[in-house]
Amino acid sequence: MTRFRRFGSVTVAALLVLAAAGCGDDGGDAGSGGDGGGNGETTLTVFAAASLTSTFEQLGEEFEAAHDGVDVQFSFGGSSDLVSQLQEGAPGDVFASADTANMDKLTADDLQAGDPQDFATNTLEIATPPDDPGGVTSFADLADPDLKVVVCAPEVPCGAATAKMEEATGVDITPVSEEQSVTDVLGKVTSGEADAGLVYVTDVTAAGDDVTGVPFPESDQVVNTYPIVALEGSEHRDLAQEFVDLVLSQTGQDVLAKAGFGAP
Amino acid sequence: MGVPRWVWVPAALGAAFVLLPLVAIVARVDWGDFGSLITSESSRAAFALSLKTSAASTLACVVLGVPMAVVLARHEFPGLGVLRSLVLLPLVLPPVVGGLALLYTFGRRGLLGSELDALGVQVAFSTLAVVMAQTFVALPFLVVSLEGALRTAGERYEVVAASLGARPTTVLRRITLPLVLPGLASGAVLAFARSLGEFGATITFAGSLQGRTRTLPLEIYLQRETDPDAAVALALVLVVVAVLVIGFARTGRGAL
Amino acid sequence: MTLELSLHATERDVEVALEVADGETLALLGPNGSGKSTALGVVAGTLVPERARVVLGGRVLTDVGSGARGTRVAPHARRTALLGQDALLFPHLSALDNVAFGPRSTGARRASARRTAQRWLDEVGVGELAERRPAQLSGGQAQRVAVARALAAEPDLLLLDEPMAALDVAVLPELRRTLRRVLAERTTIVVTHDPLDALMLADRVVVLERGRVVEQGVSQEVLSRPRSAFAARLAGLDLVVGTWRDGAVVDADGRAVHGRVVGEPPAEGAAAVATFRPGAVAVYREAVAGSPRNAFDVVVTEIEPTADLIRVHAGALHADVTVQAAAELGLEPGLRVVLVVKATEVAVYAR
Repeated sequence: MTRFRRFGSVTVAALLVLAAAGCGDDGGDAGSGGDGGGNGETTLTVFAAASLTSTFEQLGEEFEAAHDGVDVQFSFGGSSDLVSQLQEGAPGDVFASADTANMDKLTADDLQAGDPQDFATNTLEIATPPDDPGGVTSFADLADPDLKVVVCAPEVPCGAATAKMEEATGVDITPVSEEQSVTDVLGKVTSGEADAGLVYVTDVTAAGDDVTGVPFPESDQVVNTYPIVALEGSEHRDLAQEFVDLVLSQTGQDVLAKAGFGAP
Repeated sequence: MGVPRWVWVPAALGAAFVLLPLVAIVARVDWGDFGSLITSESSRAAFALSLKTSAASTLACVVLGVPMAVVLARHEFPGLGVLRSLVLLPLVLPPVVGGLALLYTFGRRGLLGSELDALGVQVAFSTLAVVMAQTFVALPFLVVSLEGALRTAGERYEVVAASLGARPTTVLRRITLPLVLPGLASGAVLAFARSLGEFGATITFAGSLQGRTRTLPLEIYLQRETDPDAAVALALVLVVVAVLVIGFARTGRGAL
Repeated sequence: MTLELSLHATERDVEVALEVADGETLALLGPNGSGKSTALGVVAGTLVPERARVVLGGRVLTDVGSGARGTRVAPHARRTALLGQDALLFPHLSALDNVAFGPRSTGARRASARRTAQRWLDEVGVGELAERRPAQLSGGQAQRVAVARALAAEPDLLLLDEPMAALDVAVLPELRRTLRRVLAERTTIVVTHDPLDALMLADRVVVLERGRVVEQGVSQEVLSRPRSAFAARLAGLDLVVGTWRDGAVVDADGRAVHGRVVGEPPAEGAAAVATFRPGAVAVYREAVAGSPRNAFDVVVTEIEPTADLIRVHAGALHADVTVQAAAELGLEPGLRVVLVVKATEVAVYAR
């Protein structure tokens, strides 16, 4: 009995693969592809910058609801990590970067299908512990040498933005630490080790009550742009493009705006 | 005594499993720029900091770990087994969690934060924090290694020494420790190697700033963002240093 | 220094009381597990039983279980040096520094401790080995260094725990002579399996069995002229009692036992004894070719497995043989066999 069942499911899977091959390029419908195994689900893998975690998960659910039999899987991480993984041949369908520099690395290797499109922007904001022990009210306050300020290292996107911001405003920050990621900066702020940290607006929104955001008018001088693109190696390129379209649609933009992202 | 011939197969597989990735690193190194990659200012600062902090944490491991090992190996008391397991916890704890635990203990708002603050000690973001993180993860290596050596050596020589009129401190200094010197040395080498490679607890507890808290592993991780070639070159440096330290310890032990 | 010891270790079921006079050497005899090591450990301070009282030269070293607060002087402060069957020289120190360890530990300066150490090494006849590491010494040499080390600590009481049990038989007589010389006038307890040690080194013997003193007296009394086969058995030896005729001990059955004469040769016709270890006795089915000087036709009365050997009883005589040998010989009670013991393994002396 068991053997028969297994034989049956293998047959079904084989038929589905044949069907998918027959459908060709417009095979974006449910039930195609061999990834899903016996139940016929299609898996769409999206590589996205860590700062997109909550918004993209929400959009992923909407996408699954609208596409019967499609399972959206995310791989969230630092944009440069994700690019390295894709360059080493990791299978993915969509890539959403937190900056244009990393997208450029991807396109330099011709891994994209079509042109990358900007879908969101992000600006910097100061995060302090809820009780704000340093009394930070402006970007210039961060120059105070007695204040323990934590920023991202210049090598990572948020740190590059910080460096540009210092240049644009002429404010010279002497950080006590240059962290590898936004998460590390927020960790130092929420634990109270640091008096202030410089992160993205969306990070402050996502951190909720753990930190207090201190917006500053100069922030619009450095705007970080998020591009997205379907990948050349995708086995479901139409489906991938549909996800890109969803992110660019009004629905997608509303979700992103709610999280603090700016329009492209 | 011979070993069964089939043992060679998994043994060779195991060796290949460990060695191939090292070969892969060497293969990836951009030898043309190797010199300039590893002698950049940030690389040199990270390398110097790593050697300095690893040496300091090894010293701390010896100072704290030797008494711990002696107590664990030479005394029986209720709860000893539980205590031993707890002391060895950093071996299995993800280093990031170790870093958080240190933060919750010695951080500004940690368990001892206000007391330390009153003493004028600011641990966070200091080189001291790096040494503490490294000591935290490396200490069990020294304790385990030395406790094993102490148990193997047994207490017979110590009993004789005491009967000759030597006080416990004299026995420890002139008999016990010299007898387990090879175990102590290999424990210290393990602790040094573990300190050298420490990443998670450091980045969580100490932060990352060139020359102060950014050790070689942190520098490698950061360089990876923008300059993978530099990261690979530095990784090779780290591997070479570790191999040298372990090799040095082996020959040193052989001479004993 | 006079030693008074009384102890009661409930768990090990050892209850012993004994005294050692100032300058006296006491031999503690008995089979394994009879309580000798317990007694020694209590004196050395490494064991603290339920009840014990140890007084050395008027100084109370241990006093527990008598109701009061109790006294437990730490091992290093008791002035009781321990010498075991293994020399246990500290492997990382030279012979000289091993011997100097005691004086150094009790506050002597390095130079004077080394002078003392050299003197003691000379005293026990290994002065020229001072700079050697323990690994470069033979078993006998190492034990001599260990003796020097124990003496250099200037203990009030010397505790020797089977000091010659692990040594090659060839080096025993000379080491025994050395010990005899250095132990004279020194308060000492020596635990031994060897009645010869007891006779040559000790003034008095205490025999322990199952944690109790079963026989004690002047060494000669107890061992040279055993009042019972019991004492000889406790000492782990075969004992043949007879008269000295033509250079042999001849027992009541007319069996002549040849051996090494210990001390003054007995007078012709005088009472004499021969002792040897059962382990030195070989067992054959038939008389052996050649002419072994000590061969006894006997009937096996009992076969008894010991720790790793088979003990063959034949009346008052015993032989220890390997399990393999016992099987090859097909040993069983009632079998006629020939017991052979080399003369070199037999000690003969006046009774």
